[in-house]
Amino acid sequence: MSLLQVQNLVVEFPSRHGTLRAIDDISFDIAPGEILGVVGESGAGKSLTGASIIGLLEPPGRIASGQILLEGKRIDNLTNDQMRSIRGRKIGAIFQDPLTSLNPLYSVGKQLTETIQAHLPMSDQEARQRAIALLQDTGISAAAERIDHYPHQFSGGMRQRVVIALALAAEPQLIVADEPTTALDVSIQAQIISLLKNVCKKRGAAVMLITHDMGVIAETCDRVAVMYAGRIAEIGPVHQVINHPEHPYTAGLMASIPDMDTDRERLNQIDGAMPRLNAIPTGCAFNPRCPQVFDRCFKERPNLAAVSRGGQNTPTQVACWLHQPNTLEGVA
Amino acid sequence: MSVQDPQHPSKALVIAHDLAKTFDVSAPWLSRVIERKPRQLLKAVDGVSFEIERGKTLALVGESGCGKSTVARLLVGLYEPTRGGLTFDGQDAHAAFKSSDAKAMRKRIQMIFQDPYASLNPRWTVEAIVGEPLHEHGLVKDEQELKDRVAQLLKSVGLSALDMVKYPHQFSGGQRQRISIARALATAPEFLVCDEPTSALDVSVQAQVLNIMKDLQRERGLTYLFISHNLAVVRHVSDKVGVMYLGQLVELADKHTLFDNPQHPYTRMLLDAIPKMKDTGRARTPVQGEVPNPLNPPPGCSFNPRCPLANARCKTERPVLKDLNGIKIACHAVEEGRH
Repeated sequence: MSLLQVQNLVVEFPSRHGTLRAIDDISFDIAPGEILGVVGESGAGKSLTGASIIGLLEPPGRIASGQILLEGKRIDNLTNDQMRSIRGRKIGAIFQDPLTSLNPLYSVGKQLTETIQAHLPMSDQEARQRAIALLQDTGISAAAERIDHYPHQFSGGMRQRVVIALALAAEPQLIVADEPTTALDVSIQAQIISLLKNVCKKRGAAVMLITHDMGVIAETCDRVAVMYAGRIAEIGPVHQVINHPEHPYTAGLMASIPDMDTDRERLNQIDGAMPRLNAIPTGCAFNPRCPQVFDRCFKERPNLAAVSRGGQNTPTQVACWLHQPNTLEGVA
Repeated sequence: MSVQDPQHPSKALVIAHDLAKTFDVSAPWLSRVIERKPRQLLKAVDGVSFEIERGKTLALVGESGCGKSTVARLLVGLYEPTRGGLTFDGQDAHAAFKSSDAKAMRKRIQMIFQDPYASLNPRWTVEAIVGEPLHEHGLVKDEQELKDRVAQLLKSVGLSALDMVKYPHQFSGGQRQRISIARALATAPEFLVCDEPTSALDVSVQAQVLNIMKDLQRERGLTYLFISHNLAVVRHVSDKVGVMYLGQLVELADKHTLFDNPQHPYTRMLLDAIPKMKDTGRARTPVQGEVPNPLNPPPGCSFNPRCPLANARCKTERPVLKDLNGIKIACHAVEEGRH
């Protein structure tokens, strides 16, 4: 059974000029222990999806329809108090900037023991021992001394390790990591990604990894969802999506990334930019930029449909009319 | 567009020799006296030398705090060097920046900044932004000529002449960066210093901007200094690459040599740290450790605490940049053949 199910989620922002739909009917699930990557350009709705799951959607944003289920139980309609007991205990969160997600006025030990004791029945002494063990697990040397230090005494990479320790403090089954390495240097980025992968594997925690870095996704995730203008364009096993992208957007995105192995005079570019929320075209949202666009793309919105490719267990799902079974007859 | 000097065809356009910039980050005088704290100096750039040939691109890479951006600011004259200098087309650039004829030099060296949201004045129209350098350097006679030139510049970066009356907030990040490029090109410069021009942009937009920059280089024979922390982007745009660590160049080589056969342990570490799209699920062993505090750099080679090849010599003696098999490298281990 899936650990997390997101079904037909719609997130809206009421504004003076009408309601903006930031997430438009997306569905996916995450199995226990699985790492699902979510990629897309800024404004595609990646972070909002994460925020909806953790229950930290900023008003006036609201879940307009659809539901989110954790272990088969709905969590999108819980009160703040009920959600608070799930957040940290069942779903951990890691955000982009470690400096803003730690309280500068408390030592890291205080922050860790507070989180541990809020969710687990432990004495002060036990909680402190556990906090030290967590810091050691996340690769902080001399954890017994550093536990009494304040966030400003740690470097950027070390702070993100503390944040990971905090997210893992009460053994959650799901971690939502929103751009956990974007604020870090490449060499540190590699350390943090492999740490996140290893500690989660060891504890059997599932991860929803939100990032715009395709390389990080390739190396870390089991499956990946590609988002565009608040919708999922393509979702499937990571090697499949990267090596055989089916959606024209995914294909364009892959070709626009400079890589280390080939020499190209020019990069492939997708002309134009992602539409604004108040000007999403009818039909497929990618139609103004799509090189393979045809009539149907302007009229109807495509839904995710499986593309079978040589007997895979988990086929890629693509929202594109090019891949719908009866499309070709429509063209002809 | 100026023509190459036929007498010295191979002479580099930009020559930086032993550039250094030290910042005084001491506590205020009174606190120093009361708390008996010493003066504190931060060596942001400590003796960097390189040459860039006309029409070529040199890329500088390194982690945050290694001094890349300080080098950029030294080259355009936003900072005055503490030591060393810059020769531009045979002239001492920093002397020229201070002379009465500073504008002639500034016109030839322009800069593109990282964040297109911060580098464009939100209350100015695109016409005012792109036209300002034209006015400032007296390159246009009247309003009509100004409009024509701005329209031309906008077209050269893939925008429309109709965009002139708009304000920066009406554009996306990639379009704003094109406006910055148009402004930098207004004075028809020969040398463009680009400080992380695409790191604030999404990948598909990054590809658009990089393509425009390459096209412009081909059409106008521009010379670039390209600063980035993204090695894949650097590999795409550059001819030569310099790797910086804590204010110093540790390796300087031709692009292909550097990427195919990296020598310095730090260069190899950086290359290893890039996640590769090809190997899905491949486990890497990341290099441990972080950049040391530049206020208190380790003695000897500044990379020695993280270096797998460090020995006693590396901990005491600072390596200097030397020619070795066609590349420039500052490493005792490579020099001694210990790698």
